[in-house]
Amino acid sequence: MLRSHVHPTAVHERRETARTAAASGRADHDPAVRGDQLVQLLAPDGTRTPDPEYEPWVEDVDADRLVALYEDLVVVRRLDVEATALQRQGQLGLWPPLLGQEAAQVGSARVLRRDDFVFSSYRENAVAYCRGVDLTDMVKVWRGTANSGWDPFAVGMATPQIIIGAQTLHATGWAIGAVKDGTDAVAVAYFGDGATSQGDVNEAMVFSASFRAPVVFFCQNNQWAISEPVGLQAVRPLADRAPGFGIPSVRVDGNDVLAVMAVTRQALDRARRGEGPTFVEAVTYRMGPHTTSDDPTRYVDPADREVWAARDPLLRVERLLEREGLLDDQVTTAVKQAADSAARRMRAGCLGLTAPEPLSLFDHVYATPSSWLERQRSQYAAYLAMYEDGDGTAAQDGAR
Amino acid sequence: MTAPTTDRTAGPSAPSPTAGPTTLTLAGALNLGLRHSLEEDPAVVLMGEDIGTLGGVFRVTDGLQRDFGADRVMDTPLAEAGIVGVAVGLCYRGYRPVVEIQFDGFVYPAFDQLVTQVAKLRYRTQGRVSMPITVRIPYGGGIGAVEHHSESPEAYFTHTSGLRVVTCSHPQDAYTLLRQSIACDDPVIFLEPKRRYWTKAPVEASLDGAPPMEAAAVVVEGADVTLVAYGPLVATARDAAVAAADDGIAVEVIDLRSLSPMDLATVEASVRRTGRLVITHEAQQHGGLGAEIAASITERCFEHLEAPPVRVTGFDVPYPPAKLEEHFLPGLDRILDGVDRVLGRPHSLTGREG
Repeated sequence: MLRSHVHPTAVHERRETARTAAASGRADHDPAVRGDQLVQLLAPDGTRTPDPEYEPWVEDVDADRLVALYEDLVVVRRLDVEATALQRQGQLGLWPPLLGQEAAQVGSARVLRRDDFVFSSYRENAVAYCRGVDLTDMVKVWRGTANSGWDPFAVGMATPQIIIGAQTLHATGWAIGAVKDGTDAVAVAYFGDGATSQGDVNEAMVFSASFRAPVVFFCQNNQWAISEPVGLQAVRPLADRAPGFGIPSVRVDGNDVLAVMAVTRQALDRARRGEGPTFVEAVTYRMGPHTTSDDPTRYVDPADREVWAARDPLLRVERLLEREGLLDDQVTTAVKQAADSAARRMRAGCLGLTAPEPLSLFDHVYATPSSWLERQRSQYAAYLAMYEDGDGTAAQDGAR
Repeated sequence: MTAPTTDRTAGPSAPSPTAGPTTLTLAGALNLGLRHSLEEDPAVVLMGEDIGTLGGVFRVTDGLQRDFGADRVMDTPLAEAGIVGVAVGLCYRGYRPVVEIQFDGFVYPAFDQLVTQVAKLRYRTQGRVSMPITVRIPYGGGIGAVEHHSESPEAYFTHTSGLRVVTCSHPQDAYTLLRQSIACDDPVIFLEPKRRYWTKAPVEASLDGAPPMEAAAVVVEGADVTLVAYGPLVATARDAAVAAADDGIAVEVIDLRSLSPMDLATVEASVRRTGRLVITHEAQQHGGLGAEIAASITERCFEHLEAPPVRVTGFDVPYPPAKLEEHFLPGLDRILDGVDRVLGRPHSLTGREG
């Protein structure tokens, strides 16, 4: 049974607070984002939070598994830092950092099966890492050498979506198809707090509820849609919307990798048993800019950022490992080496990506050739060929 | 609406692909095309508002849910973006969705999914993800409908690379082009001329020897003027050719069939012989198909033109109230006026040009 997080009597009060919060931009005072009433299994200080409902969902997470999760968190943070550096060095055109959201992404992605399918936004690079996406493929889009990096069918993850919320409908369609095919595979739609205002997300909830489609709507409420605080998208907790669609929902501490695993497993289990979609709101915080082009100093209150820095998703696992005596020098060194190695591979892969051949511009627009496009391709080929003959531009000027 | 009757226990008794021609309405031919596509390919699924129990507001899908089940002929919630976005997800899973948009003016909520996803996913993924979606849209005016039920939105889609856009003008093409569209691995916007749904003609329920989906058709031969039309105005253009023949003018009528890509080679070959070009469509003129055809033909065979190409189209106003639509829609006389204009005969703008 899932929790109900809003008491009707509190609604009016919350709405008033939300207005104030939206106006002031003080996100942490907003009832849509505040950190109470969340499923939590691991507190920021690394102590375990007792929860008889959700603990059983992660009871198989033993010492080795904890260390592996810790390595994931360290590696994806290291990759994020490397990609940001590559952008600053002019090697990537843009990068959307996930700093602060590592636990939400790793915790949810690591409990998926190979035959489940992820439909994500562009910020889910830790999910991509967990799905086994090649690190060079991960940066192709951001270097501008391709519009997508990997084969979706090879890793069970669609090409990330830039149009906000559009992928939730794709997840729903995939899930409807999965039921037709008689499998118990599940589609997971990743999106942010801003996306919940989009019609597509709401329509996806309507369709998935009506068709009892096996979808997990995994909303990372990172508090920001570029500069807009979540209070502008919602005057009540985002998770409260789902029950109106007939979809059970749960709010989880998105910086707690164990709690995220637990709620995601519960949602996956419901979906596999034919009980339809679940909405997970992972309450987290975007510690960096929207993208490397953004300047959060124009809208983020440094005090809020400090509050969230104390809730860091990686530190709390580190503290847990320390408490349980699992973080010796050997582990620390191995994890650091894994992270540095991944960063080196990403960098080398990035630097090796070159601009595609010019006429590939015309490839893959249609499955079967289009006479119209073939004509443009052949005319542009003739144009390019002019510059390949003779001694270049001067000769062309003469030819004109 | 005369949909083929079927017996659930004995299986579909509709004309089979080998049974020879049967006289069908255009809507009936579409129904038969859907039926045969559903029979032939288990990946084909139909989605739309009111297409199941009701059989569609124009009854194009009549009987299909009964015969193929609600699992393959799905009534959906009333959300066009949702319908098309869900179809995208079904494609990711290997399905071949045929989507019905109830009326032309209702397609715009789906425009985002069509333009940003359906049209671009193959290109985005370097050919790894196919979008074999057919989007059926009843379009065009002439039925005295209220607002949003008579529009011709084809140019929005022909401007979007990655989409194919086709339209049928008679029952045979309704069957043939629809089956080809569904079998096509590219997304196809399939425009159905709603005022011609009730046109009857013999239909050969077979794709053997059918022209390619991309090919235009010369439906009336003539040496004096090339008249390009598509969808609902092909019948009007044929009538114009008959009327012009009374004046001794031989009009060649080309049914474009595919609006993207366009078979301009067929138009070009005709214009090289006639030297005169008239294009007609119901859609507004500005940035429409007529502009593209006129510009492209002028580029390709300027020296063969004896007169500037003429466009006879809807005016650049929103679709008007029903009692004004006869003034908006190109009719026989306006098309003939355009023919007179390219021939240098007296016409409505004589002395007013420039």
